[in-house]
Amino acid sequence: MSDHEYTPKSKLGKWFNDRLPLLTLSNHLQEYPTPKNLNYWWTFGGILTFCLITQIVTGLILAMHYVASADLAFGSVEHIMRDVNYGWLMRYVHANGASMFFLAVYIHIFRSLYYGSYKSPREVIWIIGMIIYFLMMATAFMGYVLPWGQMSFWGATVITNLFSAIPFVGESVTNWLWGGYAVDNPTLTRFYSLHYLFPFLIFGLVILHIWALHVPGNNNPIGIDIKKPSKDTVPFHPYIVIKDLFALLIFLIVFAFFVFYSPNILGHADNYIEANPLVTPAHIVPEWYLLPFYAILRSIPDKLFGVIAMFAAIFVLVILPWLDTSKVRSAIFRPLYKQFYWFLVADVLILGYVGAMPAEGLYLLVARVATAYYFLHFLVILPVLGAKEKTLDIPLSLTEPILGGSPNEAMVKKNKEI
Amino acid sequence: MKNFFKFIIFFVIFSFFSFNSIAAEQSHKLLEPGWSFKGFFGKFDRAQLQRGYQVYTEVCAACHSMKYLSYRNLSQPGGPEFSEQQAKIIASQFEITDGPNSDGEMFTRPGRLSDKFVGPYTNEQAATAANGGAYPPDMSVLVKARKGGADYIYSVLMGYEDPPSGITLDDGVYYNKYMPGNKIKMSQPLMPGAVEYIDGTETSEEQMAKDVVAFLAWAAEPHLEARHKIGFRAIIYLFIITVLVYFSMKKLWSRIESKV
Repeated sequence: MSDHEYTPKSKLGKWFNDRLPLLTLSNHLQEYPTPKNLNYWWTFGGILTFCLITQIVTGLILAMHYVASADLAFGSVEHIMRDVNYGWLMRYVHANGASMFFLAVYIHIFRSLYYGSYKSPREVIWIIGMIIYFLMMATAFMGYVLPWGQMSFWGATVITNLFSAIPFVGESVTNWLWGGYAVDNPTLTRFYSLHYLFPFLIFGLVILHIWALHVPGNNNPIGIDIKKPSKDTVPFHPYIVIKDLFALLIFLIVFAFFVFYSPNILGHADNYIEANPLVTPAHIVPEWYLLPFYAILRSIPDKLFGVIAMFAAIFVLVILPWLDTSKVRSAIFRPLYKQFYWFLVADVLILGYVGAMPAEGLYLLVARVATAYYFLHFLVILPVLGAKEKTLDIPLSLTEPILGGSPNEAMVKKNKEI
Repeated sequence: MKNFFKFIIFFVIFSFFSFNSIAAEQSHKLLEPGWSFKGFFGKFDRAQLQRGYQVYTEVCAACHSMKYLSYRNLSQPGGPEFSEQQAKIIASQFEITDGPNSDGEMFTRPGRLSDKFVGPYTNEQAATAANGGAYPPDMSVLVKARKGGADYIYSVLMGYEDPPSGITLDDGVYYNKYMPGNKIKMSQPLMPGAVEYIDGTETSEEQMAKDVVAFLAWAAEPHLEARHKIGFRAIIYLFIITVLVYFSMKKLWSRIESKV
């Protein structure tokens, strides 16, 4: 990994390190050469690690007081909110933490899309990231079921029912998932068990994600390969550590506003009504971070194809490194891709919006157009752009564009003229 | 720094978006009487909560349960803050079925601080049957369980009207301006003078509605005051640390010919 061999100074350190090179690892993490032009969009990796740990710690405490039973779950959550010391804080941090986690992960993903971080040689980082994202959605969905409110129950019913679309075995698969003939106590207890397990799977994958990152090193806003270590890099500690910390603190302020001043704004009021299989809520909507996929699901008139489209929407992301054939990584040097990138951002936001609205009339039409555009972007526009787009000249090293401020297109152009 | 502002703007837009997608349709604009517990320093008004408890227990509790609250909550900090003695007396006015005793018999005894609020019906079916097929919802988290929260509950309490011409209502169904679908099975609960306040506050419909909704808001969020207080401190603390870290970062990065 790093170029020079590391030897601990103390005798004991050397003895230990020869048997388990933890000190070498720690040294590697500190000296890890990082491009010095990383902007604040690159701080979300650290923020996400923080989010994961926060969710695990608050989740552990909640699990000590929560009761996974269809009869007692709702009451046990109220017990946490009322009687457990700072239980309200733990629960609100956990619930809003999920939203903040997704906010950060979406920024992280879109940063990668903008700067082409998924391209060779970083495909494996990207694919592991997508698996993490998928597990996050599964974990969040199951976590939302645990309070056993109306949205928990009906959300679980709608989503698990999707599996009944599988030809021939659909019904058996759904019954197997439910542990019965409807969403009920067995469903709740298995969701609880899995909700506890998945974060640790994610944690393991995060280690692989970082490991895979440390092999080629970070991409950077210019998207060029840089020599490591060199004048273009800084050691991770203290330069990147303090920058990540600063960004994390800003993020925490936003987080704190949600937790302390509008802890329920991102949730649905109906989830404070205890689950009742006999009363269906007027609109069943998932949490905001799942809405784009929900919109894609509902925009297809056929159930089976809707489910396929929804999973395909994630799958096209997995194979993205091979769909985007352009050799240039950063959108800074891809004038056309940059436009389409922002169209995609708008498209996903629109999908999220119509996902929250009833699937009828104009909303449905918009959802269909936006779904079609989503797939068009990945399956047609990206491959065509790779072949047709005229990219701008790429600087040879970071020092070129970095003098005098953050790299921007105008500067690079000026340099070109010189 | 430019990038830094970009991401702040992104945050704001994103939060706004998630806001919007949640706030869906609403037929009538809700009444907003203004609440003491809103805002950064929002606190409950003790006297109002005590009056609200009186309205709840004398009017609402005839049909609505509040099963997640205990009598001890009435004397806890951040709530109506009855004295412990008062809360004990309040609790003792209710009859609790306890047991079985050593003979295997159930028995009744006066309520204690540790008892949960006694509901008006033994079960949901009994409550539904006694109220013309409409279950009066448990009020413990009612304010959080309705879109619009305290404003919505207040609006419904104040929203009883004669039905507009052309609308005929079945027996036991009432017209309410703010109820989704405008039909409600609860008759107008608050009539002027329905209760008599000990502190001499006028018992107009608005006053009683405001008081009881404030009480319900506390019941749904009993740690709201602590939350606001801790939140304010946490954010001030975070802000100071952020400033310190910012200058440390500037100092560190000044060694590198690059900007953060």
